[in-house]
Amino acid sequence: MEGFWAVFFPVLRVWFTCLVVLIMLPAMFGISLGITETYMKILLKTLEWATHRIQRASRAEEILKRSASNGLIQRNDSSLEQEIEELRRNRPKTAERGDFTLSDVLYFSTRGIESIVEDDVTQRFTSEELVSWNLLTRTNNNFQYISLRLTVLWGVGVVVRYCILLPLRITLTAIGLSWLVIGTTMVGFLPNFRVKGWLSELVHLMCYRICARGLSATIHYHNKQNRPKRGGICVANHTSPIDVVILANDGCYAMVGQVHGGLMGVLQRAMERSCPHIWFERAEMRDRHLVTQRLRDHVNNKTKLPILIFPEGTCINNTSVMMFKKGSFEIGGTIYPVAIKYDPQFGDAFWNSSKYSMVSYLLRMMTSWAIVCNVWYLPPMTQEEGEDAVQFANRVKSTIAQQGGLVDLAWDGGLKRAKVKESFKEQQQKKYSHMVVGDDSSD
Amino acid sequence: MGSRASSLLREEDIEEIKKETGFSHSQITRLYSRFHSLDKGENGALSREDFQRIPELAINPLGDRIINAFFPEGEDQVNFRGFMRTLAHFRPVEDNEKNKDLTSGEPLNSRTNKLHFAFQLYDLDRDDKISRDELLQVLRMMVGVNISDEQLGSIADRTIQEADTNGDMCISFSEFTKVLEKVDVEQKMSIRFLH
Repeated sequence: MEGFWAVFFPVLRVWFTCLVVLIMLPAMFGISLGITETYMKILLKTLEWATHRIQRASRAEEILKRSASNGLIQRNDSSLEQEIEELRRNRPKTAERGDFTLSDVLYFSTRGIESIVEDDVTQRFTSEELVSWNLLTRTNNNFQYISLRLTVLWGVGVVVRYCILLPLRITLTAIGLSWLVIGTTMVGFLPNFRVKGWLSELVHLMCYRICARGLSATIHYHNKQNRPKRGGICVANHTSPIDVVILANDGCYAMVGQVHGGLMGVLQRAMERSCPHIWFERAEMRDRHLVTQRLRDHVNNKTKLPILIFPEGTCINNTSVMMFKKGSFEIGGTIYPVAIKYDPQFGDAFWNSSKYSMVSYLLRMMTSWAIVCNVWYLPPMTQEEGEDAVQFANRVKSTIAQQGGLVDLAWDGGLKRAKVKESFKEQQQKKYSHMVVGDDSSD
Repeated sequence: MGSRASSLLREEDIEEIKKETGFSHSQITRLYSRFHSLDKGENGALSREDFQRIPELAINPLGDRIINAFFPEGEDQVNFRGFMRTLAHFRPVEDNEKNKDLTSGEPLNSRTNKLHFAFQLYDLDRDDKISRDELLQVLRMMVGVNISDEQLGSIADRTIQEADTNGDMCISFSEFTKVLEKVDVEQKMSIRFLH
């Protein structure tokens, strides 16, 4: 036993020194030693080689067709009126009112079956399907055994990810989070000088940088001149809780959210000590006026940090942007839109909260190859004359969708858990009724 | 972890479904992934609630009728075979399709079978006749509250009058086929697959 500990402690010490010198210190000061770059290059080369092997093994044509579009069927874009007109074209016209024909039902049935085969909404709540395999079991949907070499490579990948990268990352994250708690508490004890604000920002930045290294996150920031300023509201598309780490690596934000218990609660209270964030009790969240008022107070105080809000309200799988809830856009103040797009090749960042708990999600993150993402800061936007909150929200949403190359959907992200509103069906029925009785309906 | 859905589908099953429905191998595996993703209970079968979870289907006025078409008489679950069998009605008709090797006489996506699918959307009690009552109910589903009972009644009467040839005040399948004889059913009731 003695012998074991005698060997173990020096090894541990060396391990920690390496960690601190090679990863933590550079991370804290925002410089890069190039280790991650080399790692990514090797990874890219390997994945390219793997894709090549897979393509050679299967019929090349099939894969090529697949890469062109990930969709299953071609959806018809024409409107209800157009389609029904066409269906009725061959029917002898009668002079009477009541233009119903038995063939009208064909429109609804085809649309219905199309939506069963592939619909725009439910696919946003599960991880995006990859075009070519990236050597992770979890993304292995339709790829069969190809060759021994590929399997060996996959095996090596498993060993590297679980035995080398995972412990490294867990250590880093643990250090990062504990430093966050300790650092912010220490800063919290200082009196309210300007130095306090500066120190608090420093502490936050350092910790988020360490945490980002803890996820092997490579982030590319674009258009830094549009970075959110104090007294503004930063608005971004939501894919996972990691979005916060990604954005906070490059600036300090005031977080908005619900008060949690447990570890999250500890973090929240610690962060609150050094600079003001906005945490709501669960009961308070239902009172929309209260929420808006508190946010408005924060925004009007120009010395406070910009608020970070995710208006979708839930995690979407980073292929589309869903409806932005208008609450954030009623506060007033300048909106700074930010588009976040993850590269799915290296790791899937989407948190499917119905399938994975937070802990298993973080473990999955830490056993992926890396998290690679692009962040675009978009020019600030304000509400225009005669534009209501909903229109403003949609305008911001399209800007973000366009920049990030995401599909702009009007559907509500809440459909992940809730049923769709009856009013949408009633809209369809109303449209169809016009086709049946014409425009001079008596009802 | 549930991502390897295709591995739950055996090659023999795929071959059988291919023969029965005419879908290609890759289409069957993709549709199986879709089936699997809709199957929230992960029990290998879909219930009506699973279909209702698709928002675009839930807002379709005939959504319930379409969902019903998947379930055989008196059953609450549909397995993958049944799912594919119903979807096969909407497979496009290819010009060079030869039906010699299919076990049943006609392929599932023939014009007659497509028309039969549409007929069954109206025929609520599956007695092979569309009565005035059934027509009224389906019309009510499609128009919602926007048309009065009297107006709807007269529309139904007129429709039956135009279609009925044997005077039994119901529309049989052959009368239904006659009414739709000029409609391009093969094109209108088809889904274009990208692969």
